[in-house]
Amino acid sequence: MLQKLFKFKGGVKPAYNKHQSVGTPIATAPLPSRLVIPLHQSIGGTPQPVVAVGDKVLKGQLIGAADGWISAAVHASTSGTVTDIGPYLVPHPSGLSIDCVVIEPDGEERWIERQPLDYRAMAPEAVRTYLQQSGVVGLGGAVFPSHAKLTPSRDVPMEELVINGAECEPWITCDDLIMRERAAEIVSGIGLFRDLLQPKRVLIGIEDNKPEAVAAMKAAVQTAGEPFEVLAVPTLYPAGGAKQLIRVLTGKEIPAAKRSTDLGVQCFNVATAWTAWRAVAHGEPVINRIVTLTGNAGKPRNWEVLIGTPMDQLLPLAEPAPDTDGVIMGGPMMGFLIPAPDVPVIKATNCLIAHSPTLFPPKPPEMPCIRCGECARACPQELQPFELYWWSRARNFGKTQEYSLFDCIECGCCSYVCPAHIPLVQYFRFSKSEIWAREKDKKMAEGAKDRFEFKQYREEREKAEKAEKLAKAAAAQAAKKAAEAAAAAGSEASPAPPADDPEAAKKAAIAAAMARAKAQRAAVQPRNTDSVSPDQAEEIAAIDARRQQAGLEPPAPSPEPAPAAAPDGKEA
Amino acid sequence: MEIVTSPHVLKPVSITRVMGQVCLALLPGIAVYSWLIGPALLLQLGIASLTALAAEALLLKLRGKPVSPFLMDGSALVTAWLIALTFPPLSPWWLTATGVLFAIVIAKQLYGGLGQNPFNPAMVAFAACIVAFPALMSQWPAQGLSLSFGQQLEVVFGLAPRIDALTAATPLDAMKTALKMDGVHASVQELLANQTLYGTFAGRGWEWVTSAYLLGGLFLLWRRVITWHVPVAFVLGLLLISGLCWSLDPARYADPLFHLFSGGAMLGAFFIATDPVSGCTTPRGKLIFGFGAGALAYLIRVFGAFPDGIAFAVLIMNLCAPLIDLFCQPAVFGKKKEAP
Repeated sequence: MLQKLFKFKGGVKPAYNKHQSVGTPIATAPLPSRLVIPLHQSIGGTPQPVVAVGDKVLKGQLIGAADGWISAAVHASTSGTVTDIGPYLVPHPSGLSIDCVVIEPDGEERWIERQPLDYRAMAPEAVRTYLQQSGVVGLGGAVFPSHAKLTPSRDVPMEELVINGAECEPWITCDDLIMRERAAEIVSGIGLFRDLLQPKRVLIGIEDNKPEAVAAMKAAVQTAGEPFEVLAVPTLYPAGGAKQLIRVLTGKEIPAAKRSTDLGVQCFNVATAWTAWRAVAHGEPVINRIVTLTGNAGKPRNWEVLIGTPMDQLLPLAEPAPDTDGVIMGGPMMGFLIPAPDVPVIKATNCLIAHSPTLFPPKPPEMPCIRCGECARACPQELQPFELYWWSRARNFGKTQEYSLFDCIECGCCSYVCPAHIPLVQYFRFSKSEIWAREKDKKMAEGAKDRFEFKQYREEREKAEKAEKLAKAAAAQAAKKAAEAAAAAGSEASPAPPADDPEAAKKAAIAAAMARAKAQRAAVQPRNTDSVSPDQAEEIAAIDARRQQAGLEPPAPSPEPAPAAAPDGKEA
Repeated sequence: MEIVTSPHVLKPVSITRVMGQVCLALLPGIAVYSWLIGPALLLQLGIASLTALAAEALLLKLRGKPVSPFLMDGSALVTAWLIALTFPPLSPWWLTATGVLFAIVIAKQLYGGLGQNPFNPAMVAFAACIVAFPALMSQWPAQGLSLSFGQQLEVVFGLAPRIDALTAATPLDAMKTALKMDGVHASVQELLANQTLYGTFAGRGWEWVTSAYLLGGLFLLWRRVITWHVPVAFVLGLLLISGLCWSLDPARYADPLFHLFSGGAMLGAFFIATDPVSGCTTPRGKLIFGFGAGALAYLIRVFGAFPDGIAFAVLIMNLCAPLIDLFCQPAVFGKKKEAP
């Protein structure tokens, strides 16, 4: 069967540098002296720790339970003792510290009880929950909880399931090696995804610079007797971007505002399929992954690494050269320099590149944009990066959104080709974060305004209610007094009965209420200053005097009857 | 502190390299032109280059910008060369220098330097000088004139009198003047028969200079320094209008090929209208820009008062470029019009 491939616009061809790390098979990294396992390892919520310091844990034991639908569980990568739960530096470009569970391995690698799952006999919902509890997330780098992507759209029939083995970033070879060595399990995992999503077709896309992986996957598909199509796609960065691979394999373009399921397509990484299969067939949650160690290193290779392994215990396996001055996590196009050497390997860690000034020379100084349009020709999202740059620099964030800022996938193609060496992607990240911050501020301000307005309304209402109550009470009292007076004066006296003049009664009532309030205040006030030193008393007196002078308040200890025209009458 | 962000690798490209390739692409044209005219052209190139670099350095210093990276970007040199190639080669040295100063100081640096100029600096200089010094800007070496380098040097530096016999109009200008003359009813065909002035398909000798520019332009296309949109649209615009006029009255209007290889058409199509800073950037915008520049160039050179129309055509299109781009924004990935 001949499958028609589509093209996406733009793209670049950086030096691939993949040959260094594919010469030797995947090896298992030795057990580190400690494991630092971040609780937040997927897009979405942060799992809550379910172990305490001092607990003994088994390999594969749940240590962080998912706290929502878009969240995935986290497990102990080996058996040992929990020595700490607290914030540790994690591999994040901003040098973020988040809560981690620190485990001191006991070296025994004692597993939890592992049970294979007969997922075909289960409801799809239960399988999804199982995958969530097994911590299965997208290992391509985005770490989106996979179970949440395994729900087909209700309105759109699922047409294609795209499996991403493109691995377009230079230097990285972990997907290449896992496809070469573990193709059968990947194909089984893809079968699991297929059963949950029920797509019409399953397309496995692999860049054509990995012929061994293509052959291994084709053989595995044939052995399994599955109708999956293994397709070699042209090597062009970023063909491994989900949107780009979907475009190449199906011709569909997923807009930024839509989910791929809305167009009847879903995409998973090959390593994700592998972990999903390990979870289902062997009861093993995601506690390790394949990591490429390469770059300025003597022995570049792929290693199977426990999640939580400190990178400074892992990198020496590749024998980095002495002039190594940093470590890039991920590829050179989208990766970042880790903030400290000992940050842990996380589920998103696909590659560690030993950085040296020779391999990655410092960037030449930034020059002005000459609008040559190279960036626009390189952009796989078909944006106009130089326009976005112009408006980002001008901080005209409205315009950046008009030029589709949020369609930018930050692949780095524009920066890569820019003859003026402008760090375009950095400008776009800046604009995005500014817009997010402003939207947050706006929401907060709106919330504060709502709260303030409600408070005002409440105060008004309470004031009105109080005044009404007081007026009623005063009127009653006045009526009583009038009745008494009438009774005392006999029948010849004729004072204006309050009932005849409700206005006067009201006024009287208000005056009476104010007088009472004043007296009450006067009575209450000294209580605050009951036990004060003579110095303090003097100070208070001085303050009162100043207040009086300023006309703010009559002196507290002189409870004179309130004059009718008292300025604070409004307060009643 | 410098923030190191992705991508960590960059393509080995630079503005210097872009400008360098433009200069390289001009070399065939320069070679044929100086073979035709003599070493005076090289002299003009030298005067223009030195003036441009000095003016650029001074202005950068005054503006408090780093001098060496901007001087090394090569953009001033490209402007200087375009001025030397579009001004009459026997112009007095100060005319060339004035043009370059106008381009670098006013049209470029005062607008904010590299990447900020709304108009093509070389064309601003050409327009300013042809308005300010119309006579000098129309004096081209007479056909068949052969001066030694020494004589050319004397003319350029004003040591020898500028006698009218030395200079003439360009073949393009001569054709227009002859056709416009009252009482004389020479047709285009009769004029073209003048073998001293006209060659195989355009001005004698000049046709090979413009062909060499075309060669350089194809080099720029091959090196992907420019895209095909502007040159193709420019040539189309010129061909379409000239073809229309020619088909209506071949005796009064020269054929499209003549126009394509006369004056600054090729230089304009590949080297001037393709200036990214002052031109359009979107593919459709570039097509409109190129077509407009080509069509206007023809209208101005045939119906206008100036010997050639490239400079004004490009400047007018520079004016329109931002608006054209605004309406030609391409659809982004996933947001294209879907088939109903």
